[in-house]
Amino acid sequence: MRTKDLVATAISNTFRSKLRTTLTVLAIFVGAFTLTLTNAVGAGVSQYVDAQVGALGSPDVFIVTQASDETAAGDGPVKYDPNGSASVSSQQGPPGTTTKALTEADLTTIGDTAGIVSVDPIRSVLPDYIEYDSGTAYEFSINATSAVTTADLTAGAQLDGSATQAQLVLPDTYVTPLGFSSAADAVGASVSIGITDILGAAHTVDATVVGVSLESLLASGAGANDALIAELADAQSGGITTAVTSYGVAVAHFDTALSADAITALKADLATQGYSASTIEDQLGAVQTVINGIVGVLNAFAVIALIAAAFGIINTLLMSVQERTREIGLMKAMGMSGGKVYTLFSLEAIVIGFLGSAIGAAVAIGLGSALSAVLAQGLLSGLPGLNILLFEPASVAFVIGLVMLIAFLSGTLPAQRAAKQNPIESLRYE
Amino acid sequence: MDSEWVIDAQGLEKSYGSGASRFDALKGVSVQIAPGETVAIIGKSGSGKSTLMHLLALLDEPDQGTLQVAGRDAKSLSKRAVNELRNKEFGFVFQQFFLTPNVSVLDNVILPLKIAGMGGKERRRRGMEVLEQLELADKAGNKATTLSGGQKQRVVIGRALVNAPRVIFADEPTGNLDTATGTVVEDILFELNRSQGITLVIVTHDEELAARCDRQIYIRDGLVVSNTTQTHATGAHALIPAGGAA
Ligand SMILES: Nc1ncnc2c1ncn2[C@@H]1O[C@H](COP(=O)(O)OP(=O)(O)OP(=O)(O)O)[C@@H](O)[C@H]1O
Ligand SMILES: [Mg+2]
Repeated sequence: MRTKDLVATAISNTFRSKLRTTLTVLAIFVGAFTLTLTNAVGAGVSQYVDAQVGALGSPDVFIVTQASDETAAGDGPVKYDPNGSASVSSQQGPPGTTTKALTEADLTTIGDTAGIVSVDPIRSVLPDYIEYDSGTAYEFSINATSAVTTADLTAGAQLDGSATQAQLVLPDTYVTPLGFSSAADAVGASVSIGITDILGAAHTVDATVVGVSLESLLASGAGANDALIAELADAQSGGITTAVTSYGVAVAHFDTALSADAITALKADLATQGYSASTIEDQLGAVQTVINGIVGVLNAFAVIALIAAAFGIINTLLMSVQERTREIGLMKAMGMSGGKVYTLFSLEAIVIGFLGSAIGAAVAIGLGSALSAVLAQGLLSGLPGLNILLFEPASVAFVIGLVMLIAFLSGTLPAQRAAKQNPIESLRYE
Repeated sequence: MDSEWVIDAQGLEKSYGSGASRFDALKGVSVQIAPGETVAIIGKSGSGKSTLMHLLALLDEPDQGTLQVAGRDAKSLSKRAVNELRNKEFGFVFQQFFLTPNVSVLDNVILPLKIAGMGGKERRRRGMEVLEQLELADKAGNKATTLSGGQKQRVVIGRALVNAPRVIFADEPTGNLDTATGTVVEDILFELNRSQGITLVIVTHDEELAARCDRQIYIRDGLVVSNTTQTHATGAHALIPAGGAA
């Protein structure tokens, strides 16, 4: 028998007992549907987290602070050390956490550590408002780490760190209030940023909008390049240079060629020198671990459903083999080999598996996409850019493939039975 | 070469079961079947006719005795060669119709060709040719279950015939039919023998049908009791090259 004929025969045999096939397909459907959805949740969340990681910083970046030693509860207060001087409020750790400031000497030490390419302090500036074309002014903040981050853009381009022009990446929530008709319309516009210096005098700094970004879960505020931050910092200082320059946080770029192990070693290196260094992935690792755990548990349920469905396939095919004893006997009498009979029944199992999984995946994609759209408008509207169900073609294909494999394995027992049948006994079978 | 296409069985024994329930269905049967011949195997129910036919058609293996097909020992043939032989050289009409329900008459008829791996178009052409020969062309698209008994048996003969076999083994081909329909089916079989030189091995308990064959092998309790040769006027088959069907 030709392969084409085997497949065609298997397909038509599958539809011979419609009710039985439907019920078996339904059992597989449940498993495939669940598996497709859970995979989509995993993919959706992890894509969102990746985008957030991108918004927070490049993968070759450490966020470096002084190791906070006051966290060791029970040790009592730490003695004052004039060299370790000022504490600053940093954005690292729980709200209200203060860490010792990094001085220029610290920056040199960090920069000199083998493996670190460059180190830049993060200067925080606190602008008051933003205004466009003398319209309404809105309260406004700048994300201090934006110079090293990749924004999740809806229009325009990323910040150019080396540009002398003051550049701004505007959160998309500001587009309409400021009077722009669209995100694209905002790109290229010149806006004024108001800032009050330490003496109480108001200044304005002009900046060019180069891009519009989605609001990020973990890094809020607008993005500003080095040139703009410098201008704002100058305005903020009111012409007074403070004696001690200290920074809460520094950003250290490390060699992109470093392996994961080398990065861990480098972190340990910095730790022994009294600095706490963490990559963006470290900071989001915990979140992702929890999500992966939940997705894993859901996947396990789906696989249990599929195992139950596998017994359904075995049962269906065993009944089918029983029912078609004479037909099998006839085909063998007419010279069909045991191998071909085996293939025929295996194919029937695979067809059932394919039907269940393809329908399951299709329905999951249909319902899931609708649900995802509704959630994005409602419950999850606070998380722009989150596509809670992301159906990746590769993972949908994987689910279908997996189910077909399970179906094939379930089919082996009945198919073996059919293949081993003695034609004479089958023909005598009543 | 065709004249050597003989089925030669010597001392065939076959028993079923074991111990107390052991039953010797055949106790040493020797028969030869020459090309172009029509042979009837007759005997009472349970005498071992079907068992003998199954052994001759390589559907089953004897416990004792040898079987040669076209000069080759059946035991020395590979499984594949045996399948090939049954698929290409033999046609079968079993005691029951064994038609696949819910499948069209044409699809039932072309099953051996499908198994042989023939292409779809050629298969259909050959199937329709056979159905026309059996005056069933108008039923080609019908489901097999919708046919009358006589029509079903003709479909079964079509299926046995479609691969242009050398030998057709027919087990009670008229057993399920009334006399008139039975005669029609018999006529078809003997006509095939006459026009295409197909060897017929017919298992029956019907003396009249047996009498139409060239030779009658009587079986009782697993033994050949007599082997008679009927001489009748229509013995012209010897002049027609056997197995010469296109
Ligand atoms: N698989 C089997 N197991 C046990 N006994 C069997 C088996 N097949 C056949 N027999 C026995 O072998 C004997 C011969 O059977 P066979 O089918 O050859 O008879 P038959 O001559 O064709 O009869 P009928 O005219 O009724 O078809 C019977 O007594 C039957 O009970
Ligand atoms: Mg019988």
